[in-house]
Amino acid sequence: MANPTFTYSLNCPMPELDFDAITLGHGSGGLLTNRLLDSGVFSLFKNEKLQQRHDGVILKPKGPIAFTTDSYVVSPIFFPGGNIGDLAINGTVNDLAMCGAKPRYLSLSFILEEGLPLAEFWEILLTIEHAAKKARIEVVTGDTKVVDRGKGDKIFINTTGIGDVLPQGKINIKRVEVGDAILVSHSIAHHGMAIMLEREGLKFEAPIFSDSRPVHVAVEHLIEQFGKDIKLLRDPTRGGVATVLNEICAQANLGAELHQNALPIDAVVASACEILGIDPLYVANEGVFIAIVKNSIAAEVVSHLAKFPGCERATIIGHMTNEHPKKVLMESGIGGRRVINMLAGEQLPRIC
Amino acid sequence: MKYLDEYRDADLARSLLAEIAKKARGNWVLMEICGGQTHSLVKNGIINLLPKNITMVHGPGCPVCVTPVDKIDMAVDLAARPNIILTSFGDMLRVPGSKGSLLKAKSLGADVRIVYSPLEAVKIAAENPQKEIVFFAVGFETTAPANALAIVQAHALGLKNFSLLASHVLVPPAIEAILSADDNRIQGFLAAGHVCTVMGISEYYPIAEKYQTPIVITGFEPVDLLRGILKLVELLEAGTPEVANAYARVVRLDGNHEARELLADVFEIIKKEWRGLGEIPASGLGISPKYAAYDAEKKFNLKEGKSTMSNGCMAGDVLRGAKKPHECPHFGKTCTPLNPLGAPMVSSEGACAAYYHYNY
Repeated sequence: MANPTFTYSLNCPMPELDFDAITLGHGSGGLLTNRLLDSGVFSLFKNEKLQQRHDGVILKPKGPIAFTTDSYVVSPIFFPGGNIGDLAINGTVNDLAMCGAKPRYLSLSFILEEGLPLAEFWEILLTIEHAAKKARIEVVTGDTKVVDRGKGDKIFINTTGIGDVLPQGKINIKRVEVGDAILVSHSIAHHGMAIMLEREGLKFEAPIFSDSRPVHVAVEHLIEQFGKDIKLLRDPTRGGVATVLNEICAQANLGAELHQNALPIDAVVASACEILGIDPLYVANEGVFIAIVKNSIAAEVVSHLAKFPGCERATIIGHMTNEHPKKVLMESGIGGRRVINMLAGEQLPRIC
Repeated sequence: MKYLDEYRDADLARSLLAEIAKKARGNWVLMEICGGQTHSLVKNGIINLLPKNITMVHGPGCPVCVTPVDKIDMAVDLAARPNIILTSFGDMLRVPGSKGSLLKAKSLGADVRIVYSPLEAVKIAAENPQKEIVFFAVGFETTAPANALAIVQAHALGLKNFSLLASHVLVPPAIEAILSADDNRIQGFLAAGHVCTVMGISEYYPIAEKYQTPIVITGFEPVDLLRGILKLVELLEAGTPEVANAYARVVRLDGNHEARELLADVFEIIKKEWRGLGEIPASGLGISPKYAAYDAEKKFNLKEGKSTMSNGCMAGDVLRGAKKPHECPHFGKTCTPLNPLGAPMVSSEGACAAYYHYNY
């Protein structure tokens, strides 16, 4: 992971403006909006399409495209390992990657709460610019609205992404079969635990950083290398690995058999989960993906994946089965078995 | 993780299971008191690995589950009052009372906050002097010392806007209530290790003696649980109804002195209504007269009603060990964690939730 304490402000100073917090006027569409956009968004995201400052943008895709949208409402907006800005970019980049597509274009829409310090907005913009550049995705259209104080939570971001579908790929739930291997690309539960510890002000000896990162480079490599044998890709964000596997099983009308001992979980994350009584299988990830692949290539996929930063702990965690359709079962560390259900509501820490 | 992995060791677990199967000749019905143990048994698949002649019955050791409907209604009423911040542990928010849950009250505008420690509630009180902060305190002997500490700390800080809505329960009287019931079928108990960490184990000798029933102090990890079960089976097979400590790595015979002194200072033993079990004499901890100013029931003049819930929930039978969760007609159908009819489906220590989440 890149140095998580790195701040971009050092490289790119905030423009000098005669206001230090967002006001309702910044969303009016008038002079203040234009000044905010001129000094911020347009100066950072320099590209031909955006500079036209039109209501929309005309794109010329080369072939089939993947299209995705997501809204980001995380609190706190700054957390160890990232902020809402790179979360929004990486999240959308990863959603496109899960479709087997190469990320190309992005829309960026802000809902700002009156009173948001300009310095925070600037830092988020810089992070977005950095993350977009890293993922080679272009911000081509956007919007900014401001809501009254108390009607938002500092900043909400909506992004829509478009990507070119990789011709070698054939990602489709219908292609998942009995015997296929289930892989995770890296150790799990970092993001959710980082947010939870930050939100609750809990400190551990070693800090836990969010795993917010783009995974599209590794995914493109897998698709180019293994083509149609990569059958399904999903990113286990909200609800974690357990929820995504349940969704896959329900859609494929198959079961999943997992091995608890195979799950890659960092010691500090495991400890934090243990102390709070949280099951890491249900904790959100922002830089991990699940791949369902043909069993015969699974080991090779793992060795390819492990060469990519952020995928070093890629592991086969289980297999698809027809023995218990629509159910995810896990062999416990001591050889017992348990069901892994969908989560009902939010995970709550235990009492005693 | 050090101090955990060695108690989740697969080889050790297998050899303990083999030993249990070898030693258990009779049909034995055992109860683990603590909901944390129930969850560990189901989550690790131990229930299905035990020999057929060992039946585990799940006990009432889920503080959220045994909190009476009345107390939840009180909390919901309090939360709805202006100027009150009601704080509690996460699980309590979802438990349905006769007027809905605290989570519902929150969605209707009440200021209800989840805390991870009662001391957080004290902090909220210090930061909001113009508000009244109530901590809805439920729990066994494990949680009660921290709740007592919150009162002591609020007192030391001179906070007049902090109080406890207390529903503390004690384990030994519950074991006695189960053993003295006419339809009791429990032949041996796994006592809750963490309760004994605080209270020690002396309370269990007279119970084992009076009811001629062995009691083994047991931990929570798979190997701990299997060691407890093995010891219990050995005592039953030998016909020696004794108290044994299979969790000596944590539990000292006389418990934690400081915690017990704190409990004695802040609380007094009272008769207590248990959801599912009814009223049990000397089975709860109320706030002592010395700290009456921190008792939310007195402070806000709350009166116990006689609320009952008749939605067909069989929580009482499940909590007494008379029924298994899946023997309830509502289990997994009209009662799920998303739409619970009773507390055992809500709590992370509830038997119904354990079966719903982990059993297949």
